[in-house]
Amino acid sequence: MLDFFTGHYAYWFTILLLCIGVYGILFKKNLIKKTIGLAILQISVVLYFVAIASKWDATVPVLDPNIPVDQVANYLNPLPHTLMLTAIVVGVATLGVAFTLLISVYNRYETLDEQELIDKIQ
Amino acid sequence: MIESHLPAYIALTFVLFSVLIPALGLWKRNLSQPLAVIGSGIAAVFSLYGFVTYLNGSPIRYFFGGWEAPIGIEFVYDGLSGFFVLVINAVAFFVMIHSGETSRREFPGKEMPYYALAMLMMLGFNGMILTGDLFNLYVFLEIASLSGYALIAIGEKPAPYAAFRYLIIGTAGGTLYLLGVGFLYTITGTLNIIDMTAMLPMLAESNAAVAALILMIVGIGVKAALFPMHGWLPDSYTYAASSSTALIAPIGTKVAAYILFRVILWLFGIELTDAVAPISYIVGVLACLGILYGSIMAIAQNEMKRMLAYSSVSQIGYIIMGLSLANPWGFAGAMLHVLNHAIMKACLFMIAGQLRLKEGHSDISRFNDSYRTKYPWTMASFSVAAISMIGLPPLAGFFSKWYLALGTIDNSNWLFLAVILISSLLNAVYFFRVLEKVYMMDPYKGQTEPKEGAYNESKASMLIPTSILAVSLIVIGFANAIIVGILLDIFPM
Repeated sequence: MLDFFTGHYAYWFTILLLCIGVYGILFKKNLIKKTIGLAILQISVVLYFVAIASKWDATVPVLDPNIPVDQVANYLNPLPHTLMLTAIVVGVATLGVAFTLLISVYNRYETLDEQELIDKIQ
Repeated sequence: MIESHLPAYIALTFVLFSVLIPALGLWKRNLSQPLAVIGSGIAAVFSLYGFVTYLNGSPIRYFFGGWEAPIGIEFVYDGLSGFFVLVINAVAFFVMIHSGETSRREFPGKEMPYYALAMLMMLGFNGMILTGDLFNLYVFLEIASLSGYALIAIGEKPAPYAAFRYLIIGTAGGTLYLLGVGFLYTITGTLNIIDMTAMLPMLAESNAAVAALILMIVGIGVKAALFPMHGWLPDSYTYAASSSTALIAPIGTKVAAYILFRVILWLFGIELTDAVAPISYIVGVLACLGILYGSIMAIAQNEMKRMLAYSSVSQIGYIIMGLSLANPWGFAGAMLHVLNHAIMKACLFMIAGQLRLKEGHSDISRFNDSYRTKYPWTMASFSVAAISMIGLPPLAGFFSKWYLALGTIDNSNWLFLAVILISSLLNAVYFFRVLEKVYMMDPYKGQTEPKEGAYNESKASMLIPTSILAVSLIVIGFANAIIVGILLDIFPM
């Protein structure tokens, strides 16, 4: 039982981050804080992908003359990591669009508090 | 020669035009809209040609860079993706023609970025449909979503806030989908859909597979506006500019529904989906709740665009309901409804845009019977689309509901049948309300003579697309047997 907790500690941290992100999105009133929550949520999934590809006693996926190619177990799987490069770029682009929208919201309503905004729109 | 490269050509057309429009639009601003029309027209012709070749031949698998499937990324042009690509590109072509006038009036000077973004969004949607790789699908999903947020933010004063809310909900949904893909990758070791379909039956009892399925349904359900996740939709569609709504409303939710079809019926297959818990039935019940909620909320709305937005929530429910039935009739009904609803919603939102240009508002309580003489053709198109939406024969909307009803009877699923019938009545309430305002005299004002307004019809560039879509609803209604025959062949079981 204890093994289940200590053996998967990377995943526990990922779950914790995911919960913090969801909490930020759902309960924070300030739109900037909501955006931060969104970024944390995305990063938790990125860390999950990074965690599943890591393993002990393995090296980077570049051909090493000391390790023959047929011993693939000694190399890391590079695919999840490369996928996450793309996902990080997507996350950055999302943040960019989010902040652009927030600037536009602030210029029109001069507030970023959710409740005040809803009152002003109605 | 051209056939084997066709899936790539469709996506590349949009890439080319999303670059051409800024390049030439800087030089001459008025070129942006014609270029967008040409771009979506070329894509529509490619999709039509591809669908005809598919019907005479076999599915096309296009490998990028010549790397074979499990290693490289592929585009798959089979029946399902071919049908969806044809529907969205054809509708986008008509919307692009129509949007020239509205965009010039609603956001003058911003046509070039608008059309460049629209092309990028269409690239994302086509990529989502055509790709055969789950992670590639996520990337295209984000391309489409990010340009979609920007398009929604162009509009009335509250539009950026509506777009921001959509961004938060939509990105959270996309992230959950990515987590689901991660689960599937850890248990199967592949991202290719065809490859994974072969492996998943060996993992039928795996908790990770079920968790992945649920995460993907929730994540994509946000994009499809499946009932409890629809919160972003009414505000976004109401406040966005008329041309953006007319482009996003018919296409965006359909593409998300396509992913649900692909994941539930193709990737997992219906037996595997229901192996641990009755997931397809739960999705169907959510769709039913969405149908009733959307219809009731639409009755309560006074603003035409907001009413149509709530009606979108309800109509997407029909499509998901047909998916959850998972029998040939339900599938054919859902697919026919994808086609019908795309045409009806595009037509209705385009008419809302025309009325906004002419009258300065689209508030139903201020409609009166002078519209009958002022805009005879617009209102005729509106009537056709509205009656089709309610589902009266011989218009197209009747047949999709008919096949859905046959599907529910096949499964002896009387709850779903009752929902289809009740919601048709509710649809009648909110569309006849508008038709009554336009075509009947108001009995409470003691009028004896009908109000006459001078003929003030919209420009031909707007009227022609609207009328063509309205006429096509009648044509599809009469040709439904042929279309359903094709659709039944696509059904995977």
